[in-house]
Amino acid sequence: MTFFRPSFRHPDLPPNEAGYTRRDYEGGISTLCAGCGHDSICNAIIQACFELGLPPHRVAKMSGIGCSSKTPAYFLGKSHGFNSVHGRMPSIATGANMANRELIYLGVSGDGDTASIGMGQFAHAVRRNLNMLYIVMNNGCYGLTKGQYSATADKGSKGKKGGVNALESIDLCELAIQLGAGFVARGFSGDKQQLTPLIKAGLSHHGLSFIDVISPCVTFNNNPESTKSYHWVREHSEATNTFDFVPFRQTITTEYQDDATEAVTLHDNSVIHLHKHPHAADVTDRRQAIDNLEDHKAQGMILTGVLYVNPASADTHDILNTCERPLNSLSETDLCPGSAVLEEINAAHR
Amino acid sequence: MKSTDIEDPEYFHRVIDCQFACPAHTPVPEYIRLISEKRYTEAYRLNWASNVFPGVLGRVCDRPCEPACRRGRVEKEPVAICRLKRLCADNREEVADLAPPVPQQKNGKRIALIGAGPASLTVARDLLPLGYTIDLFDDQAQGGGFMRSQLPSFRLPESVLAAEVNTILEMGVVTHFNHRVDSMTALLSEGYDAVFVGTGAPRGRDLPDLPGRREAHKKVHVGIDWLAGVVFGHVTTIGERVLVLGGGNTAMDCCRTARRLGGENVRVVVRSPKAEMKASPWEIDEALHEDIPIIDNHAPLEFVIRDGLLAGMRFDRVVSVQDAAGNHQLQSTGEPPVFLPCDEVLLAVGQLNAFPWIEPDAGIVFNDQGLPALDPRTLQSASLPQVFFGGDAAFGPRNIITAVAQGHEAAISIDLFCQGKSLHDRPAPQVYLAGQKMGVHDWLYHNQIAETGRQIVPMVAKAKTLKDRLLEVELGFDRQVGQAEALRCINCDVQTIFRADLCIECDACVDACPESCINFVDNGPEDEVRARLKAPAGNLSQSLYVSLPLPTGRVMVKDENVCLHCGICAERCPTSAWEMQKFLYQSAQAGQL
Repeated sequence: MTFFRPSFRHPDLPPNEAGYTRRDYEGGISTLCAGCGHDSICNAIIQACFELGLPPHRVAKMSGIGCSSKTPAYFLGKSHGFNSVHGRMPSIATGANMANRELIYLGVSGDGDTASIGMGQFAHAVRRNLNMLYIVMNNGCYGLTKGQYSATADKGSKGKKGGVNALESIDLCELAIQLGAGFVARGFSGDKQQLTPLIKAGLSHHGLSFIDVISPCVTFNNNPESTKSYHWVREHSEATNTFDFVPFRQTITTEYQDDATEAVTLHDNSVIHLHKHPHAADVTDRRQAIDNLEDHKAQGMILTGVLYVNPASADTHDILNTCERPLNSLSETDLCPGSAVLEEINAAHR
Repeated sequence: MKSTDIEDPEYFHRVIDCQFACPAHTPVPEYIRLISEKRYTEAYRLNWASNVFPGVLGRVCDRPCEPACRRGRVEKEPVAICRLKRLCADNREEVADLAPPVPQQKNGKRIALIGAGPASLTVARDLLPLGYTIDLFDDQAQGGGFMRSQLPSFRLPESVLAAEVNTILEMGVVTHFNHRVDSMTALLSEGYDAVFVGTGAPRGRDLPDLPGRREAHKKVHVGIDWLAGVVFGHVTTIGERVLVLGGGNTAMDCCRTARRLGGENVRVVVRSPKAEMKASPWEIDEALHEDIPIIDNHAPLEFVIRDGLLAGMRFDRVVSVQDAAGNHQLQSTGEPPVFLPCDEVLLAVGQLNAFPWIEPDAGIVFNDQGLPALDPRTLQSASLPQVFFGGDAAFGPRNIITAVAQGHEAAISIDLFCQGKSLHDRPAPQVYLAGQKMGVHDWLYHNQIAETGRQIVPMVAKAKTLKDRLLEVELGFDRQVGQAEALRCINCDVQTIFRADLCIECDACVDACPESCINFVDNGPEDEVRARLKAPAGNLSQSLYVSLPLPTGRVMVKDENVCLHCGICAERCPTSAWEMQKFLYQSAQAGQL
């Protein structure tokens, strides 16, 4: 068994614009089951950060408990990280974000960690529109405890042991749209071509970006009758639209002539070019986005891609009107400016 | 692209860069693995079966394997394959059954071998176990050919050569030493079933038309003859100031030998730029290390004679320019000639084939370069079917390992010829595939990639070695250093085998591969596929491994170029669609089916 990845990398792979090699974004070797979808998501994260040229030391990765939540060990080995209590990643991320708004926050969670034990935490982090990318690695089962159905398992889905899931499932994307997230998307671990730009767009969005990634559990939930298997997702998924993500630093080289292309400019001037189907729903409209999800669900299809985007969303700091400087950099004199200033404030109220 | 046919043994053979580059196709990774396990005798046997002279080649081989070695592309320097070969030769135990048994009952066929160099000795070794009677002719008193007469002892000790030559002679070769074959016609009339010519390229090129050559003849020597004179004790001294002309390995041997015979100021003068010199880079390094400057871009003009004695040589300064046809041409810079004083000159400006003993009416046709007309595959004379050529005598000067490889081929041809079979119906290589899986995630081979750099071979102090031309310069690896070097080998013979029917396209292998070799892409024409892989696949000498179509319509494409053969793809594959299998490829030899 290999515990250390050899350090050799392909000699012809160029560094990114910031001068980092792809290896600067890698982590340790995975100890998940071979073939786990989570490994592919980790690699999409590595690729997205590499392509965006993010300085690894400017990223903070947060997680809770579960197969998904151990993955931060396998990517961004040179970034900050915090592995929190089960389901409590959103609170930790909120605290960190309050203390230092200048870092890029990446929360990694699972379907159990978010839709069961952490449901309350998830809902309020989304409501506050915390400036972070929240990724759920969603395999519809509890892999660490032998594969029981989780809250996101579809009703009627059959697991490896043959039992049918009788309970209604929670659609985290729909919930995130309802609760006010500014960027909501769904990806599939088996389609990195779509997932990598989704993560890039999510990292560039200001406010809470939520990506639900269907990630088959090869050990307990990858039989053909499971709606979270490689096979099923490939047969039953449909993308809202194809899109290109253009980070703001990059000059736009492609010209989009057709009317079907819509450009969505994000807070940092990155642009998402959406190539829509003729009768596709408008992903910048919240009601259409939810209808679209429900329509596909009724047809037994899984809708992927950018589901909803609101480029003008205000994040927690905007809402709370906090100061521009990170709170952890404020000194005692900044926080307690003295009685003269207090006098001034009091005078203003007289 | 068409899916790769891995049933064709040449596909995986090509992946083993070192073995593929070796003319004799010695299973390099297999013997290096044996060395890493300290199984020196087995490593030696494997070598011996393939290249016949592991002890010799471990010191003086031209090493075509090393520039080909994948480690050189993955890291900076290739595995020291050649010196590892020496390690197993130095550390092996004496075994009685190294050579295969030779039958008492002969098959009645008599074969004459002319010249006792590596090609002829290989033919003898391959044919003796099949019952052939072998007559070996050479004008020297002992076997070895140019390995004996030209390679200086400080690179190849006589005892090492003698041991490996004698192993073959003791198999029952009928030797006719001190016997120069003067007439091919006479030899042919003796009724041999086949005649093998392995007489090398025995004539050193001279510069007869250079002004002053005749007057200076006592102080100007042809390099290979002079080296032979040193080996046989006819030459024991040389002048203080020596010029060596030429840029090949013979020039390097000449200058280093001259340093040991008393040459204080030895210089090598070469016409071409240094970068185009034919000598192996390590030989050039050795010469520089022994304080021998190399003066490049100097074309000889004349030998300068003063008072009837050689005073030095004059050279024209030249530059290498490309002509319209893309060939390099040397052009005078127009600067005044350079005078280099010297007492003696050694000419190492090339070797020629010469067959003065083959009469024009002997029935053997030669081409316009003075080389025999041959079938390049069978090495059979185009005009006289019972005559075969091999080694430098066949296609001009090459090297020992090529001579050995041609010896094997000639032996196959002779065996087929003597049985009246078609020479083109040749035995196939022997290949074995063996799974490397041991338990869930363990391998039978050492799949951890060692990240140490190339180990340095220890040498005798320069002051000491320059005093004694018989003292071997290199000490060779000791067992510990040798093992560290052996572990640098990345086991290119342990193949990654992919089965499309088992793959669920989960991307685990793509994500885990440290070298970004593996891709799942839409198929297309090769140059277009190469352009859109994860890592640029610009090395066209390296194959792309293309699978059968997968359920999504895509194909798996693996660029073999910098694969570490670490097995991580197979470890991370949930369905065993990737498998690690050891592929042992052994070239065919005479007598095999």
